[in-house]
Amino acid sequence: MTPVGNETPFLALENVSKRYGGVHALRNVDFACGRGSIHAILGENGAGKSTLIKIVSGVVRPDEGVMSFEGAPVAFANPAAANGAGIVCVFQELSLMPDLSVAENITLSAPPRRFGLIDRGAQHRRAEELLSRIGCGDVNPMQRVRDLSLSRRQMVEIAKALHRDPRLLILDEATSALTAADVDRVYRMLFDLKAQGLGILYISHRMHEIDALAERCSVFRNGRHIETFAKGTRSPDEIVELMIGRELESQFPQKPMRERPKPILAVRDLAWESRLAGVSLEAGSGEIVGLGGLDGQGQKELLLALFGVLRGVKGEIRVGDTVQKPASPRKARDGKVPIALIPEDRKSEGLILPMSIEDNLVIASLPRMTRAGLLDPVRVSACVKAAIAQLGIKAESADQAVSTLSGGNQQKVVIAKWLMTRPEIILLNDPTRGIDVGTKQEIYRLLRRLADEGACILFYSTDYEELIGCCDRVAVMYAGRIVRELEGEAITERNIVSSALNIGTSGPARRTEPLDG
Amino acid sequence: MADAVAAPAARPGRRAGANWGLRIRQRLDLLAAVALFAALYLVYQLNHPKGFTSQIFIQNANEAFALALVAMAQTVPVLMAGLDLSVGAIMNLVWCIESHIVRGGPADIALGLVVCVLAGAACGFANGCVVVYGRIQPIIATLATGAIYIGMALFLRPTPGGKVDEDLSWAMASDIGEAAATFGFEEAFETTWLRPIAVLPVPLVLLALIVLLVWIPFNRTITGRTVYAIGSSEGAAYMSGLPLDRAKLAAFTVAGLFAGLGGLFLALQTSSGNADLPQAGAYTLNSIAAVVIGGTSLLGGSGSVVGSIVGAFVLRTISFNFRIFDVDPLLQPLFEGLVLLVAVSLSGLSMLRLSNRLEVFR
Repeated sequence: MTPVGNETPFLALENVSKRYGGVHALRNVDFACGRGSIHAILGENGAGKSTLIKIVSGVVRPDEGVMSFEGAPVAFANPAAANGAGIVCVFQELSLMPDLSVAENITLSAPPRRFGLIDRGAQHRRAEELLSRIGCGDVNPMQRVRDLSLSRRQMVEIAKALHRDPRLLILDEATSALTAADVDRVYRMLFDLKAQGLGILYISHRMHEIDALAERCSVFRNGRHIETFAKGTRSPDEIVELMIGRELESQFPQKPMRERPKPILAVRDLAWESRLAGVSLEAGSGEIVGLGGLDGQGQKELLLALFGVLRGVKGEIRVGDTVQKPASPRKARDGKVPIALIPEDRKSEGLILPMSIEDNLVIASLPRMTRAGLLDPVRVSACVKAAIAQLGIKAESADQAVSTLSGGNQQKVVIAKWLMTRPEIILLNDPTRGIDVGTKQEIYRLLRRLADEGACILFYSTDYEELIGCCDRVAVMYAGRIVRELEGEAITERNIVSSALNIGTSGPARRTEPLDG
Repeated sequence: MADAVAAPAARPGRRAGANWGLRIRQRLDLLAAVALFAALYLVYQLNHPKGFTSQIFIQNANEAFALALVAMAQTVPVLMAGLDLSVGAIMNLVWCIESHIVRGGPADIALGLVVCVLAGAACGFANGCVVVYGRIQPIIATLATGAIYIGMALFLRPTPGGKVDEDLSWAMASDIGEAAATFGFEEAFETTWLRPIAVLPVPLVLLALIVLLVWIPFNRTITGRTVYAIGSSEGAAYMSGLPLDRAKLAAFTVAGLFAGLGGLFLALQTSSGNADLPQAGAYTLNSIAAVVIGGTSLLGGSGSVVGSIVGAFVLRTISFNFRIFDVDPLLQPLFEGLVLLVAVSLSGLSMLRLSNRLEVFR
């Protein structure tokens, strides 16, 4: 760990660890940052950055270790306590109340009061003042947050943080939803705040932002603090190296060597709101195509669009021989070329937790299970039995509630449920998140087997190893479009990470602006 | 990177005008309810043989007052995305308590009224405790407590009866001038500048006072704002360090207070007490209807008690019209249901704008 000057550090963590279940989110982290500086934190998905800032801002408490702020040890019970101490975080997920006005949101935690009652005039003026300080004088404080664009909401979120007069300001991916103009406003505001002596922790995946803003960078990997260095002492290549730093294990099935098949799914110039900005992609039967890139670059929206969940999608989707945009998940499932989507959140979108394994397994394929309009119990239990055997779901009985299964087995139920619909195109949205290594390997083998049997698989994963090990091709997304397609030998972690950060091999990065919806 | 991006300057002149447009757009639900009420009420008054006389105004105000208060009561939990099924029962309980204690000398009457108001608030506070500390959903918690309150009312008034101070009864159910005269202040309204006020029905003035003295201050406290925040996004409210438990307790207490005030008036109006289970239920259900017509979202986070008052007026005006047009009483629920359906479908229109269909379920 590099000490920050000679004075006592502004914020210091010593030997901090945090576990979620069996997973180490942070391991023995020592970290320090100073005042009057912008300190960037870098790392892959799941490197522990989010856990770090959650601990600093009082959202979670560390299992071990001590934290000190301005020289005194601190332990925050909740976010409000951290705010009280002067640590304010602008979170990635918005913390705004959609139904309240901009002014009410900005002053939410400590509105100006007169005679004990909220002073609306003062509240309005305070909101105007803060908004103009971050260059958003055009936002009307009386507007409801619900009616603002995503970029503007994020700016309101920043104004809300400033209202608390922070001494340490944390921005977690605060610029990911911003338009270029708003990003410039944030830059100027951050330089101002730095000059006023605030400490700023800046988490971003955008290398050029870190280049422009930060004096110091810290790299995290697998829950460990790897290294802290001053800006300019490391090349982008070295930074990527630091972020990856581990070897691939061979836990993946062999990839077949063959010609690229004729596409069964073809997407052209797909656009939706600000999240998809012209995606073009092809995938054929027997192929596993990976979607890579950092979280939130439009991968999920692409899958949702293909499954008919999104409305107002522009562009062309060709499934089989027909050009058609699925109108709903039901239509996507029942089309001539059936589509299945293994959703991101198995607890809310994949499963009906209180219902039994059997009921969950057949719920997407009920029309196949009927005879004379009634569910045929014989056929149902035969199919359920086959599915349990095929996926190796470990359960005492098919009648037990699916909520009683482990995460890995629950995920197998979700996959089995969709395989029962006999899909020809299978969309997977990060299917191995939060499940054990053994089940992951079973899922990899299953995917390869399905592909060999002729399925077309589109596979989004936040885990780069998985993409490298499983996929015939990987399309890396950035800011709502595919920036690079990797094939065969070119699918390496280095290539994925550098494309994901859009630093590429060809010249300096140029950010593709998300459209402001 | 830092090429100058000039922040668009605020233009105060245009801003004022834009804000009016914004205010109107944000309150379209309420305005629609007001328009509906105005139309229905105009039809009623035009067709009434004694239309546009103060006698009719006073009579209508009396009939609408208790429901308006119970609807106000319902609004507060609904803003937190909860339902309070005990508002009708609290109203009924306070009604029965009052029929026992509000009589005698002026001091006795005053004390009795204070006890009634406190009883309503205490019932609401008890609801809040069950919800907050018992961690029970409001709808089921208040279903249980509502049954308890009705039980207490039946215990207090097994059969209709009791008595409330008659002067007070008369004063509450007339216009301001009449009310002043009842207590020997007729000279007060001889002065010309007060004359226009004298014709206002007492119940309407009381409603305005309750909104001004209870709701608007409550709405401007951090607690009141937290009520809206809970309905809008409870997780975000927690992350913002707002006092969630305190706000829930306060919200149910205010709801109990409003419902109790409704019962208070009902006792004065009928000048007796009656523990009436079906009536309590009808008031509770109508209060939910009034809240929805008034533009408050059942999903919480947006709306106001003023809208609910208008909603209550709409419901009552529908019944007034049935009386005028001599509609078969058996058909009345059918028409009430149709009007409610139309009013509610207006608030579903916004769903058409969503572009991620999954958000409908969130």
